[in-house]
Amino acid sequence: MEDNFKVIDNYLMVRMPEEVDHHKSVYISKIADEYIMKEGIGNVVFDFETTRFMDSSGIGVIIGRYKKISYFGGKVFAINADTRIKRTLMICGLHKIVEIME
Amino acid sequence: METEQKIKNEMKRNTLLENEMRLSFDAVSVNEAFARVAVAAFVTPLNPTVEEISDIKTAVSEAVTNAIIHGYDEEFLGATGQKGKNQVYLHCKIVEDVLHVEVQDTGKGIADIDQAMEPLFTTRPDMDRSGMGFAFMEAFMDDLEVISEPFQGTLVRMKKKLGTISWIKQEE
Repeated sequence: MEDNFKVIDNYLMVRMPEEVDHHKSVYISKIADEYIMKEGIGNVVFDFETTRFMDSSGIGVIIGRYKKISYFGGKVFAINADTRIKRTLMICGLHKIVEIME
Repeated sequence: METEQKIKNEMKRNTLLENEMRLSFDAVSVNEAFARVAVAAFVTPLNPTVEEISDIKTAVSEAVTNAIIHGYDEEFLGATGQKGKNQVYLHCKIVEDVLHVEVQDTGKGIADIDQAMEPLFTTRPDMDRSGMGFAFMEAFMDDLEVISEPFQGTLVRMKKKLGTISWIKQEE
């Protein structure tokens, strides 16, 4: 799990698991928060390359991290999202606060 | 010969068009993945599209997650009085080309269902819940019904029509 997190400059890269549900999201949130607190992270990048399934728990993870880092002017990015994940993000209007990139 | 084949086809279709499944499992978060995969496997005889499977999986995952984290939360330990030993009941039925899914818990119930179903409303912002569960179920399924009373548990009933069967019938 730990190698799914990587710090590059002040960006925290989070590789999302294959299925993002409540069970997995608890760990992601916890570990991501530790990194944000310890390492002075400015921005968070969520990498959905291997993700095939995401429900509202994933949305919770993104919104939670966004709230934390946006106080300091940080940004949240979503990369490599397939059409399903994009649709899920769009339904919640998350594309307004998260930059979705290829 | 031809009539025999026809009867066989008819029988094959009947076994396909009426099917029922009941499951009950412990209210622990690992079972969320199990529940959605079980439902996805259950609908495969209807030949659903990848899109439909994804929609169903998301909706089931939301309903089961709700039962586990909201139905049986720390304040309400359920009938067994022990966390994780409570049961979530999953009932699936295929009637013609419609999938019916019922997710039931015997947990603490919902006092104000309309408020609970509002997008972005959540009772657990501390747990990073987005409050989109019911909104997702509504978006991904055709019909959603929530029956609940405080301390009497919650029943979520969902329906989804799967598209391909009617086309197969037309071809015949």
